[in-house]
Amino acid sequence: MSGHHHHHDDEHHHDNHYSDMQARVRALETLLTEKGLIDPKAIDAIVDTYETKVGPRNGAKVVAKAWTDQEFAQWLETDATAAIASLGFTGRQGEHMRAVFNTEDIHNMVVCTLCSCYPWSVLGLPPVWYKAPAYRSRAVMDPRGVLAEFGVTLPEQTKVRVWDSTAELRYLVIPMRPVNTQDLNEAQLADLVTRDSMIGTGLARLPQVAA
Amino acid sequence: MNGPHDLGGQMGFGAVAPEKDEPIFHAEWEKRALGITLSCGAFGAWNIDESRHARENIQPANYLAASYYEIWIRGIDMLLERHGFATRNELFSGHHQHQGAAPKRILTVDRVAEVLAKGGPCDRVVETDPRFAVGQRVRTRNFNPSTHTRLPRYARGKIGVIDAVQGGFVFADDNAHGRGENPQWVYTVVFDGVEIWGEGADPTLSISIDAWESYLEPV
Repeated sequence: MSGHHHHHDDEHHHDNHYSDMQARVRALETLLTEKGLIDPKAIDAIVDTYETKVGPRNGAKVVAKAWTDQEFAQWLETDATAAIASLGFTGRQGEHMRAVFNTEDIHNMVVCTLCSCYPWSVLGLPPVWYKAPAYRSRAVMDPRGVLAEFGVTLPEQTKVRVWDSTAELRYLVIPMRPVNTQDLNEAQLADLVTRDSMIGTGLARLPQVAA
Repeated sequence: MNGPHDLGGQMGFGAVAPEKDEPIFHAEWEKRALGITLSCGAFGAWNIDESRHARENIQPANYLAASYYEIWIRGIDMLLERHGFATRNELFSGHHQHQGAAPKRILTVDRVAEVLAKGGPCDRVVETDPRFAVGQRVRTRNFNPSTHTRLPRYARGKIGVIDAVQGGFVFADDNAHGRGENPQWVYTVVFDGVEIWGEGADPTLSISIDAWESYLEPV
């Protein structure tokens, strides 16, 4: 590993290369394409995947099914990776899934203090705030303060459990099912499930707000 | 390493700023940065742990000022140079000057769906039995390696309880440095907020990390 160290020392001498990211990335893509190392059409396909195919709608379907199907909820609890795969959601940054369930007693919230680990297969790409220092530094220390910035206030006695994704497990929060939703079907329920409610920085929407 | 990335419990970054109706990308270059990062990762020249460590080695002032896609591009620049795919001159001029290393694989458009759907599982068989059991009290080690680790500073030398035995996984601390996968058992360890933050900690708070077995000692 000794050979890796000089990169650190060089880094700050070249900071001007990053003042215009559009130019920096264009130069990089041009170079790698000329060298035959990347296929620009592959990049288009990757972008299209996360713009149109993989996103929080996937996770919302998982949650709605868990709300309506006790057996599925149980499966999710014991083997989230397989349960989620049964709905067709697999792949990058969703290889090892765990589902954590909010109750009256405990509110779960997910962070990656060390980088930006996030369950892509069910939530898509993480939002900017999830990857930024303010959230990563404070979620583990002052989650209620963070929640307030999302407009969420929990009852004082509710326990708060923060999951720091320090290894390769990826966490999906199953928010509590809102009241007065017994007449809604799975698709209608999925509409109540926000991305933030599956990170634990939000709650599921109430049906009248969604309508 | 105790790098700029290890942010848990640091102060002074201000309020979290959730953006209403946040777009998936904020600029065209972010799309290309994502695609370049994944395409270069598909070479098979480095693993996810080495790429995380490259990002951790960004000079702290730069790291903290950068957007996350900028962090990725700075990391990719380091990795491409380290593994001989491009020289520093080439990287920053954008002009092809040398042949450079040949990757094992190139991600072509026809393989994207398959590669993304497959991902990169890193669970592995561990031959030994788990050393710790659910409910057992453990102390995290107190160390400060200059190399890659996934034990955050705030959780070092702390007493917690094994919440789950999650399985065997590639050991990031070794894998980042080409020392092999050396899989270990990974445990979810839960700590009281007071154990971590001491006086004034939120009494309702508990925090868990996922810890490789060698991070832990029996209490």
